[in-house]
Amino acid sequence: MTTTATPAQPKTEVPLLNVQVDGEWRQFPKGTRLIEACIKSGQYVPHYCYHPKLSSPGNCRMCLVQLGMPKLGADRKPELGEDGRPILNWSPRPAISCATEISEGMGVRTSGPLVEECRNGVMEFLLINHPLDCPICDQAGECRLQEFSVEYGKGESRFLEEKVKKPKRVDIGERIVLDDERCIMCSRCIRFMQEVAHDDVLGFVNRGSHTTLTVYPGKRLDNNYSLNTVDICPVGALTSKDFRFRMRVWFLKETKSIDVNCGTGSNILISSREGIVHRITPRENDFVNSCWMPDSHRLNFHYLHDEDRLKTPLVKSAPATWTDAISTAAAQLKSHEPARIAMIASARMTNEELFLARRLATALGIEQFDVLPRPQEGDGFLISNDGNPNTTGAKLLGLHCGGRLSAIAAGVASGAIRGLLVLGEDATQCGIAEGDLANLETLVVVDILPNKTTPHATVLLPASGFAEKRGSMINLAGRIQRLNRAISAPGLARDDWEILRDLIVAVGGPNGVYSIEEVFRAMAAETPALTGLSMAGIGDLGVELALDGAPRRAEI
Amino acid sequence: MAFVVQRPKLNLAEKLYLPAVLGGLLLTIRHFFKGAAGRNVTMQYPEVKWDDHLPEWYRGAPTLVADEWGRERCVSCQLCEFICPPRAITITPEEIPNSDPWAKVEKRPKEFEIDMIRCIYCGLCEEVCPEQAIYLRKDYSITGYTRAEMKHDKAKLYELGGVKAGVVNKWNEKK
Amino acid sequence: MDISSFLFQPSVFLIWTSLVKTLFILFGAILPLVSLAVFAERKVSAFIQDRVGPNRVGAPTSLVGFKKDYSLWGLGQMVADPIKLLLKENFIPKSVNKFYYYIAPKLTMIPPLLVLAVIPFGSSFLGVPMVIANVDIGILFVFAVSSLGVYGIVLAGWASNSKYPFLGGIRSSSQMISYELALGLSVVPIFLICGTLNLSQIVDWQVKNGWLIAPFAVGGGSLSLVQRVLLWIPMVISFVIFLVSMFAETNRTPFDLPEAEQELIGGYHTEYSSMGFALFFLGEYAAMIAGSGVIVTLFFGGWSLPFIPDGSSHWLFGLTNIPDWLPGVVWGFVNINVFFAKVSLFIFFFIWVRWTVPRFRYDQLMKLGWIYFFEIALANIFLAALVLVYIK
Ligand code: SF4
Ligand code: SF4
Ligand code: SF4
Ligand code: SF4
Ligand code: FES
Repeated sequence: MTTTATPAQPKTEVPLLNVQVDGEWRQFPKGTRLIEACIKSGQYVPHYCYHPKLSSPGNCRMCLVQLGMPKLGADRKPELGEDGRPILNWSPRPAISCATEISEGMGVRTSGPLVEECRNGVMEFLLINHPLDCPICDQAGECRLQEFSVEYGKGESRFLEEKVKKPKRVDIGERIVLDDERCIMCSRCIRFMQEVAHDDVLGFVNRGSHTTLTVYPGKRLDNNYSLNTVDICPVGALTSKDFRFRMRVWFLKETKSIDVNCGTGSNILISSREGIVHRITPRENDFVNSCWMPDSHRLNFHYLHDEDRLKTPLVKSAPATWTDAISTAAAQLKSHEPARIAMIASARMTNEELFLARRLATALGIEQFDVLPRPQEGDGFLISNDGNPNTTGAKLLGLHCGGRLSAIAAGVASGAIRGLLVLGEDATQCGIAEGDLANLETLVVVDILPNKTTPHATVLLPASGFAEKRGSMINLAGRIQRLNRAISAPGLARDDWEILRDLIVAVGGPNGVYSIEEVFRAMAAETPALTGLSMAGIGDLGVELALDGAPRRAEI
Repeated sequence: MAFVVQRPKLNLAEKLYLPAVLGGLLLTIRHFFKGAAGRNVTMQYPEVKWDDHLPEWYRGAPTLVADEWGRERCVSCQLCEFICPPRAITITPEEIPNSDPWAKVEKRPKEFEIDMIRCIYCGLCEEVCPEQAIYLRKDYSITGYTRAEMKHDKAKLYELGGVKAGVVNKWNEKK
Repeated sequence: MDISSFLFQPSVFLIWTSLVKTLFILFGAILPLVSLAVFAERKVSAFIQDRVGPNRVGAPTSLVGFKKDYSLWGLGQMVADPIKLLLKENFIPKSVNKFYYYIAPKLTMIPPLLVLAVIPFGSSFLGVPMVIANVDIGILFVFAVSSLGVYGIVLAGWASNSKYPFLGGIRSSSQMISYELALGLSVVPIFLICGTLNLSQIVDWQVKNGWLIAPFAVGGGSLSLVQRVLLWIPMVISFVIFLVSMFAETNRTPFDLPEAEQELIGGYHTEYSSMGFALFFLGEYAAMIAGSGVIVTLFFGGWSLPFIPDGSSHWLFGLTNIPDWLPGVVWGFVNINVFFAKVSLFIFFFIWVRWTVPRFRYDQLMKLGWIYFFEIALANIFLAALVLVYIK
């Protein structure tokens, strides 16, 4: 069901070539880079400049291997050995594996005296001018230079001369600091800006040991995808101002989740320590976001630790226990005719929450419920035109997207609606005037931060932010993906789905769900597009749904 | 495989047990008189102290040290925080502002706390520190009336640690 | 009728002198002795282990203006310990059976005190016999009452509603039942020899014929040397059995299985704190004192010491001139002190053994009680009877 494969290849048949990797013959499609062939065969080849999503300039020389070519007979045909395979002529000279494409009958050795000697030498060269910055370097702990020098390096320096001094702590962009002494000139960042971000601002100046990375005169690295260069920089040359000196990476717990800032649903890793999220980085998912994500989205998590976070249930602005708050909310909601209550949910909620919200609406007999649409200008890459991460899910679960908001607003204004249930939205953004909110008899609000609506709430229930809960969302492409809990919610705040479940029970609706898995199961049972899926079945990379009534496409 | 413990064969006197008891009683009474005569091994702690005999390698309270130019050696790399077995150390790093004379070091601890209730004086922090910034000095009588008092903050740690001169000063060589 | 003649009416006299004696025994002897024993326990154990022991708490003289405090070898600990126990919070676990939980420590403490009622702790002082109740069934009373002590422990173990006390209680009951038999049987030869159960008369017999543990030590009496040596054999056997059983009965090491710390936390008193715990403590040490008193009375001649006359038959109020009543007072006083000195020596012995001998295993304890002591004590009765028949 789930898969780690790359997106479906174009249907045209790619011929397979025979390659011998460390003595074993294997087949790879034509066009595969030699380093990829080695890695796919389970032979790791250390590398700095090679990146699977970027071109191969071959400028770090770390990926040196020994190449063998078929020995050609007099007829220019490969001579075959006893096993029927070509006899290989091993080159005495190493070759880089990242910029070499495989060819028929090629052989490669990823280890052996020659290769080891080469790696050793490359490491020594790379470290010649490298500063002893590890104690203050943010990359330490996830630094390829550290890792490879432990693995392949000499362990000591023979370099007695003065190291080349280069600029340090250079402010090259709004979100990025450059340390040129640490740069190993792999050019990944340059290629990323050229090939992926299409914003050519980085380049090398000077030659030899004095080669220096810099921004073009008059330009700055301010692109909304600039922080990806920090991710791919194999060393600590590029560092994020937001994360700089915040926390050492070895303390961070990484939680796989998804971005909730737009309908793309980029896959992310939430790095947290002891209840505090320190950074968010993109997670590779070739179906969604490849290896990248926009800066504006990855930096949008600090609100989770806002001092104003709602932490205690409030009944008429006075702190209350959860039991009291839930029963008060239920009593208030039930005191109105169903026709006089409305519900505003949010397409930022997970499927599970939306499903329970709909159940709550059913239990209360609410007819008027809607979610707030958030159309926006996308960037044509990873920021979609929809600011809601789960519009598809909301639609799938039978919530309207915007059609009824004006009717609700009018109802609230005219007094036809006396009770309003607002889940994770600011009602004033839905066309309801603040003054009208104050006139409502019942205003139950579930949210994580104060907004213009919360002061008027008769019952205010604090909920969880995206890093504090589990659940699933469906992106605009129809892929259902999982959120995971990285930290726990502050104070008394609870999981949204639990709040909704308790409200349903309190207004006399059905119970029977005690875990998010059970919510999903109940939801899948009622939603044809989700049939056969489970929370675990979604996997880390998500599952593409067939949303037009057709059966779900089996994944490759 | 079952393992059979061979019980020793006892002779009658041993079986009677009384001779052994009497032997034991004789032994203990000898110690009793020795003890009563004041020949015991106890050291009367607050009056008598071992301080002068503390060996060079004695591991007392961990402290932070400055170098001979007054620079705090710690660069807040948090390795000690990582290695500390009881997790006694809590470090909040910060960036050194550009105006600081030691701005090139870039990073320093904003707050450095060692919870002396937790610390087990193992010395791993000293061993792991790449900057030779944390040393276990000879203070062993770390007491306090409250838990808060037992948390040594940065100021207290530097007060206890003082200056450590003559070790590697790699930051001085850089431009 | 004036007040003095009222006081000297025989029945009234008996009542108030008994009261005075009881108060003396309780507050003048037992409580200080327990305190001292606890202190001695700590000090002796320290010395045996080459330590110093408590040596800080003394007279806080600087509080009343002196230059410095005097530690007095830590003797202040004797006062500090009980005060500490009194002032501690009396924590009562939620799940205990309140009534029995409350009553158990008292039940443990009372029997040893009752035992002391029949033990002659002196000859006579100012003409009053130094025994609270001179009953003819003396030693039977001792056994009857001291075996009640087990109820306190069993109840404590059961009422605490917790597994360690429960195990301690069970161990204690079986241990006490087992050793009571040997204890009782081992003293039967004494009655055969002395022909009485009355403890005062047993002491008198020893004053005349020499201590039972060493019947040839004193001259006089009606027995020849050979007869004494013959009698001595069953007496030594009796003594060893009685002594060891006494250790078991008082839950002292090497028989302290009911409160074996290493296995049972604190055993039956695990769930007790403050005064409840202190009463158990008191009971244990009082039992040790009572046990020592019984041993001293039965085997070591009670208050008597060779060549020291007793203080009886000198009546203060009848005699007006000093030389007539002074010896009675002096010797009576000496007799009392002799008794308590002997008791103290035994307490020391108890402590000494505790810090020497390791604890028995439970099966060893049971085997010793049932297979050896019971049989030997039984055989010993016949042996003593045969000796007596031969002598007479
Ligand atoms: S880039 Fe790597 S090797 Fe260089 S200072 Fe940073 S952590 Fe150390
Ligand atoms: S800054 Fe980093 S990514 Fe860019 S060239 Fe230098 S080492 Fe490579
Ligand atoms: S001495 Fe050991 S326990 Fe104490 S702070 Fe250092 S590493 Fe932690
Ligand atoms: S290991 Fe040394 S430099 Fe690093 S944080 Fe600890 S004391 Fe500071
Ligand atoms: S990875 Fe091949 S040259 Fe850099």
